[in-house]
Amino acid sequence: MSNLNVIKRVRRSVVLGVSALILAPMFLSGANAAEKMKIGFVYVGPVGDHGWSYEHNQGRLAVQTAFGDVVKTTYVESVPEGADAERVITKLAKSGHKLIFTTSFGYMNPTLKVAKRMKKTKFEHATGFKRSKNVTTYSARFYEGRYVVGHMAGKMTKSNVIGYVASFPIPEVIRGINAVTLAARKVNPKVQVKVIWVNSWYDPGKEADAAKTLIDQGADIIMQHTDSPAPVQVAEKRGVWSVGQASDMSHFGPKTHMTAIVDNWGPYYIARTKAVLEGKWKPKDTWGGFNTGMVQMAPYNKRLPEDVVTLAKSIHQGIGDGKIHPFTGPIKDQSGKVIIAAGKTADDGMLAGMNFYVEGVVGSIPK
Amino acid sequence: MDGTDILVSSVLTVITAATPLAFAALGELVVEKSGVLNLGIEGMMIVGAIVAFATGVTTESTILAILAGALAGAVMASLFAFTVLVLMSNQVATGLALTIFGLGFSALVGHGFVGVSYPGLIKLDIPVLSTLPIVGPILFAQDVMVYLSVAMVAAIAWFLTRSRAGLILRAVGENHDAAHAIGYPVIRIRFFAILFGGAMAGLGGAYLSLAYTPLWVENMTAGRGWIALALVVFAAWRPWRAFFGAYLFGGITIVQLHIQGVGVAVPSQLLSMLPYLVTIVVLVFISKGSVRQRLSAPGSLQKNFYAAS
Repeated sequence: MSNLNVIKRVRRSVVLGVSALILAPMFLSGANAAEKMKIGFVYVGPVGDHGWSYEHNQGRLAVQTAFGDVVKTTYVESVPEGADAERVITKLAKSGHKLIFTTSFGYMNPTLKVAKRMKKTKFEHATGFKRSKNVTTYSARFYEGRYVVGHMAGKMTKSNVIGYVASFPIPEVIRGINAVTLAARKVNPKVQVKVIWVNSWYDPGKEADAAKTLIDQGADIIMQHTDSPAPVQVAEKRGVWSVGQASDMSHFGPKTHMTAIVDNWGPYYIARTKAVLEGKWKPKDTWGGFNTGMVQMAPYNKRLPEDVVTLAKSIHQGIGDGKIHPFTGPIKDQSGKVIIAAGKTADDGMLAGMNFYVEGVVGSIPK
Repeated sequence: MDGTDILVSSVLTVITAATPLAFAALGELVVEKSGVLNLGIEGMMIVGAIVAFATGVTTESTILAILAGALAGAVMASLFAFTVLVLMSNQVATGLALTIFGLGFSALVGHGFVGVSYPGLIKLDIPVLSTLPIVGPILFAQDVMVYLSVAMVAAIAWFLTRSRAGLILRAVGENHDAAHAIGYPVIRIRFFAILFGGAMAGLGGAYLSLAYTPLWVENMTAGRGWIALALVVFAAWRPWRAFFGAYLFGGITIVQLHIQGVGVAVPSQLLSMLPYLVTIVVLVFISKGSVRQRLSAPGSLQKNFYAAS
C-alpha cells in the first residue's frame, strides 16, 4: 500500500510543479499602463483560417499600427457562437475593454445580452441587424463583389452550372447566392446555380467534399461562402475555376483562382476607434461596399480572357460609382413571381432580410 | 460526366473521407482492447496532421511526412501513457486535457505553415488492374495510405484474434488483475498499445493534411477524433466493423451532399445529421444479438491498474 502513496505523492508534486510553471507568468507580468484604451476582438474562426477571421485580424493590426501606444488590442479566436461567446464577451468587457468587435452573425444575441449589463462598453457587431444604445452593427456589401464574379462566371462557364459551397441559410449567404445568379444569367440566361450547405463556417474536409460533389454534378465554376481555402484547392486539382472567399486564395489555386472578394476592415476599425477616443461614438449601422473600399477584389487571374476582366472591372466601377445596383428589377423568385419590379431597386431592408431564391437557383432554402 | 464517371468519382471521394476515420478508429480499438480509454485521439490526430504537413513541406518527402505524423501521434500518446499508467490519473480527464493541449499546440506549431500549399499524395496505379472499368480506379489506383489502412485492418484483426500476443492484450483488457497474476506485464503491454493507438491517430491526421485537403489550417480535424471514438463503440470493438463504420459514415456524408446538390427539398440540417444517425443505427443493429456481443466491451476498460501485490 505504501507504493500507492508514493505514486500519489509523485502525482501531486507533478501537478503542483506544472501548475506553478504555467501560472507563474501571470504574477510576473508588470502592472498595465492604465492610460491605454483596450479594444477587444472576438473571432468565430482561427486567425489562421486565411479567410474571414484572418481579414478581421488584419483590421485589428491596422488599428494597432495607426494608434500605436494609445491603444492595446486583444483578440480571442475560434469562439463558438452561443453560450461560450457570451462568456468571452463578458470577460473582455469586465477586464476593461472599452470597445469590442464581435465578428460573426451568431454573436448577435450574446453581444446584446452583455451590452445590457456593461453599459459603459461600446460593442460593434459584424453582419447583424439588432442595435441598442451601446451596440451598433456593421457589415460590408459582399454581394457587390458577388455581382462582379457572377458576370465573370456567366462568361466562363461551359457547362452552365455554377457550384456554391454555402455555410448557413442566413440572409447574407442567400444574398450572395442570388447576386451571383442574377449576374450570371444577365450574361448567360441558361446558367443554373447548385447549392450545398455544409452547416459550418469552417470545416475544410466538408467544404472539400461539397466542392467535389458539385463538380461531379456538373459545376465548372466553384464559389463559396465558407472560410477555408479547401474548395479552391479542390477546384485547382480538378481543373475548374474558383472564387476565393474573404481574402486572396490564389496561392491554393494559381491556375484556376479567378479572383476573390476581399474584406477590408482596417479603415472602418480605425474610424470607429477614433470615434471612441474622441468621445464621438454613436450607434449607427454601417454597410459599406465598393464605394468606401470595405469590399475589394483580389487581382484577376492572368489566364482569364481580357474581355472578362474588362467586364469585371467595369461592373466594379459602376457599382462603386452608384450607377449599377446589383438588385435592380425585374427580379423573379423561383416560382416566376416578380419580387422587384422592372427599374426598381431593392432597398436595404429587403436585402437585410432576404429569404428567397431568385430564378436560376436549384433547390430550396433549408428552413 | 456520365453516370459511371460520377459513380467512380463519388466512391473516390468516399474513400478519401473515410480513411482518416479508419486509421483513428482502428488505433483506438487496440487501445481500448487493452483496457485504456483514450479520449485524446483528436489531439493526437491534429498534432499528427501538422507535423506531417510541416515535414512534407520542408523535406518534400512523402514517406518522411507520413512517418513523422505517426511519430508525433506516438509521442503525444506517450505523454498520455505516462500520466495514466504510471501516475494513475483519471483516463477521461487526461485524454480530454491532451485533446485540448494538442489543438493548441498544433495551432502554435502550424502558425508558419498557414497559406502553404502541398501537392498531395500521388496515386499508385497498379499496372494492369487499374485500367479495369469502374473497379480499376477505385481499388487499384489509390494512394499509399489508403492501401496502408486496408493492410492495417487486416493485420489488426489477425493480431487480435489469431496471435498469442493479441490474446494477451485482450486478456489484459478483460481482467488486468488476472493477467497480472499469470505474470503478464500489464503496464508495458498497455503502454505499447497506447503508443500504437497514438501512431494510428497521427496517421489519420497526416492523411487529412497530406491528402484530404493538402493544406494546414487550425482545427482541421473538425471533430473527427470524436467520431472515430464513437465508431469503436458502435462497432462493438471489432476491427472490420470499425472499418466498415468509417466507410459507412463517409459514404452517407457524400450521399447527403449529392442529395443537396440535386436540389431535393429535404432540410440540409436533417441531411447533415444523416451520416451520424445511419452509422449509429446500422452498427448497433449488427452488433446486438448474442450475449457474447454485448460483453465485447473489454472488462477492464477505463480502470486504472495498480498491482496489489
